[in-house]
Amino acid sequence: MVNLIWVILFVIGIAFAAVNGTMEEVNKAIFDGAKEAVTICIGLISVLTFWLGLMKVAERGGILRGLSRLMGPFVKRLFPDVPKDHPAMGYILSNMSANMFGLGNAATPMGIKAMEQLKQLNGGKDEASRSMITLLAINTASITLIPTTVISIRLNYGSGSPTEIVGTTILATAFSTTGAILIDRFFYYRRMRRKRV
Amino acid sequence: MNWITYLSLWLIPCLIGFILIVATIKKVPTYETFVDGAKEGVNMAFSIIPYLVGMLVAISVFRESGAMEFFIDMMKPLLHAIGIPADIVPLAMIRPLSGTGALGMTSDLIATHGPDSFIGRLASTMQGSTDTTFYVLTVYFGAVGIRKMGDALKVGLAADMIGVIASIVIVTMVFGSL
Repeated sequence: MVNLIWVILFVIGIAFAAVNGTMEEVNKAIFDGAKEAVTICIGLISVLTFWLGLMKVAERGGILRGLSRLMGPFVKRLFPDVPKDHPAMGYILSNMSANMFGLGNAATPMGIKAMEQLKQLNGGKDEASRSMITLLAINTASITLIPTTVISIRLNYGSGSPTEIVGTTILATAFSTTGAILIDRFFYYRRMRRKRV
Repeated sequence: MNWITYLSLWLIPCLIGFILIVATIKKVPTYETFVDGAKEGVNMAFSIIPYLVGMLVAISVFRESGAMEFFIDMMKPLLHAIGIPADIVPLAMIRPLSGTGALGMTSDLIATHGPDSFIGRLASTMQGSTDTTFYVLTVYFGAVGIRKMGDALKVGLAADMIGVIASIVIVTMVFGSL
């Protein structure tokens, strides 16, 4: 599916450029896109390095284990194939908490770390497991309690009440997260059915 | 407003302090452990490069060729007919593809329509309740070398769609329509 979407983006883009006469923009876009990707990755080095270091300290200090014990029972149902005291659980929970508080740059390293653990659980295959897809679904639905970036933009443009959208954002997030989990379940059971046939 | 500013200001430093103090009490060699964990970060960032370059180049070709605009323009009358304001459509479409693009568009909508307008509130809610699916997918799976993504993309895009629809419905219900 990704292969197909990837090719389609290119082919449609190039075809449009041919018709619209935007080939020059496309040429620029190729190199700008590549440059942007590398810039993002370089920027990620600082965040990944710092948070992964700190997470290691948290892990050794037993904080991740404490977090899984505290919230594990709720999240356990979302990730039924992750064993109860597995380190993956601690990372999943810290990823979710960081997202909720709008700490986007702390959430990414924890999410990656969780993926790494889940990959090990799945025998190191290069295929996404059930739990990996669930974790991804939750991340793309983006559970947010305090949308800090948006609040600061609103503040900049002189909003009378910059935080009035917190309530609507939490509600919308609740819907998209619930929806994501349900759709994730639906696809999972469909996969299972297909396998049996 | 104040407590949120404080919270976001205090949260990370307090978290760091908490982790370090607890670890020290538990007799963890904190600095050495930190460096040990941090080493992974560098490699991880580099391992994401190929995935992100591939994805971002495709997306920018699609966007800059005018194809994205064409599809957005095509959708506009259709969405307008079911009560979705045309101005918000580009944001809804670009959100899963580009984080910086969406953020720029949100700022732009807030600047033109005002933060407390219907569009301004809708853009704010939408920006806060959805995420850049393609980026999350590429970075998370790229970093650990997952090539077969299964249903992940479908689930992610469906979640975005629900977030967009939920934003429109909820903002209309809470703040009233245009």
